[in-house]
Amino acid sequence: MTLLRLNNITRRFPLGSPLYGPRKYLVAVDGVSLDVEMGRTTGIVGESGCGKSTTGRIALGLEPPDSGGVLFQGLPLPRIDSKKWRAQRRQMQLVFQDTLAALDRRMTVSALIAEPLAIHGIGDPASRKQRVAELLHGVGLGEGHGMLYPHQLSGGQRQRVVLARALAPKPSLLVCDEPVSALDLSVQAQIVNLLMDLQQELGLGLLFISHDLRVVRHVSDRIVVMYLGRVVEQGRADAIIDQPAHPYTQALVSAMPRLPGGFDHYVALPGEPPSPTDRPCGCPFHPRCPLARDVCRQSLPELLPLGPERQVACHLVRH
Amino acid sequence: MKTATVETNRPPPRSVDLPTLLAGGWVLLMLFTALAAPLMAPYEITSIDLRHRLAPPVGFGGTMLHVLGTDDLGRDVASRLFYSIRTSLLVAFGATAISVLVGTGIGFIAAYFRGLVEHALLLMIDVQASLPFLIVALAMLACFGNSLTLFVALMGLYGWERNARLARGLAITASAQGYASATRQLGAHPLRVYLRHILPNSAATLLVGATVTFPEIVLVESGLSFLGLGVQPPMTSLGVMVAAGREYITRASWMLLAPSLVIVITAVAVSVLGDWLRDKLDPTLK
Repeated sequence: MTLLRLNNITRRFPLGSPLYGPRKYLVAVDGVSLDVEMGRTTGIVGESGCGKSTTGRIALGLEPPDSGGVLFQGLPLPRIDSKKWRAQRRQMQLVFQDTLAALDRRMTVSALIAEPLAIHGIGDPASRKQRVAELLHGVGLGEGHGMLYPHQLSGGQRQRVVLARALAPKPSLLVCDEPVSALDLSVQAQIVNLLMDLQQELGLGLLFISHDLRVVRHVSDRIVVMYLGRVVEQGRADAIIDQPAHPYTQALVSAMPRLPGGFDHYVALPGEPPSPTDRPCGCPFHPRCPLARDVCRQSLPELLPLGPERQVACHLVRH
Repeated sequence: MKTATVETNRPPPRSVDLPTLLAGGWVLLMLFTALAAPLMAPYEITSIDLRHRLAPPVGFGGTMLHVLGTDDLGRDVASRLFYSIRTSLLVAFGATAISVLVGTGIGFIAAYFRGLVEHALLLMIDVQASLPFLIVALAMLACFGNSLTLFVALMGLYGWERNARLARGLAITASAQGYASATRQLGAHPLRVYLRHILPNSAATLLVGATVTFPEIVLVESGLSFLGLGVQPPMTSLGVMVAAGREYITRASWMLLAPSLVIVITAVAVSVLGDWLRDKLDPTLK
């Protein structure tokens, strides 16, 4: 069952003053559609600046899309900061990358985890205390950690606290925005596995945003590849990894280290991603694409189906 | 591991250091004096002892009759000092509290609403900042007459614009930080975000702002009293005493020095205590 559906959403930010000439816009997200199923994980992968975090914020209703719609459990999201919107936060939660900033340094871990319960008026003080202990245990922390302040914890422990806090009101959707990028490799694996265990246990729908295809592949059922605000390819995780169709996805997949072979098959992409304020015409990827032809420089490829549950936006792929 | 490295960089935890202890002691003494002035004062503040006019304090040729000497009318300086402390502390603490509360409230409102509301409030702040406070105070006192309540309220207007600017800046910075948006994202009412998160995180800086406002209010109160528009005789305040003592600075310096020392030491003590309190309120500095 579809938990969250983004329908052709676009988000642009105005640049400069409206007084001088026509206004320019930074198009952060351009016509993105994706689904998150209940109990399943959709991963968004792409370089920094490709609009994946903005997509996540729009999916959560933290900012409005300029066009297109977000449906949560089949209903459009209420107006931002309205009472209904606040009440709905209980259902949808965000897990942050920068955990030290996201946790109020003046509150103890227990108080931080209990806060969503207090905000939504869940339970009485005694049952909240009980629930905090459960949550601490659930994310692999001891009860002793509850008395500490965020700066006294390690990065991995803080990420567990953020996770416990997000899970406290029993949400049905969790958006994880680069949840493990600030952690070292062994801790990454712990947190990702914890996330997957909790998902299985609680039946959460997960939108997992990362620049790291290895991690995304590990957690996701479906993968959405974004480039410069647009979806270039999406489909089931194994299909995307085993047979990437878009040249950009191919480059991304080739950049994952592999056993055996290491980096032998690595396809280096020339140049850097173009600025979203100054998009190339035609396919946004053509300046860096090893296969680019005339048609790529002139017209924007549409996202068209390629086999079941799979879509690719490339002129060179036979649909 | 992380905690271990952080802790080794800091000196071992001390309880309270000596300056803070002294400052705390002084402020407590002042509060006690303010409360117990009628019990401590050996004379009425208006009782005149003409035979002992301008008597020096004990240790400078004076007698135990008037420990801190007497003024030009033979009134006991010690008694007057106690009552002055009472009045001045009432005015200064009351006015600082009003100034910080009003300023913080207005600053937070400006930071929350942004847009037109913010511009209107900033305009108000700029108007207040561009008017010399003494002139405003003179006009208000001339219009509304003088009473202690009105005077405290009026002094509360002193420095609110500075506190408001400070609070607005702090709130804008704080709301751009992770914890504020994280709490909003949890579904918290803006009031909760501001009162439970942004206020405690800004409290340290606001407190330091208040400790700057406090001695200034003592000085403005003295200035207005000196001009005859502040605390009215027969009531007395530190400012009134300084104003009276100024004329006798060469012949009877104790008349001026006693209240001046109290003003200076109290101002320093309040700011030392403010520093201590700021560190105390910050769990990352424990």
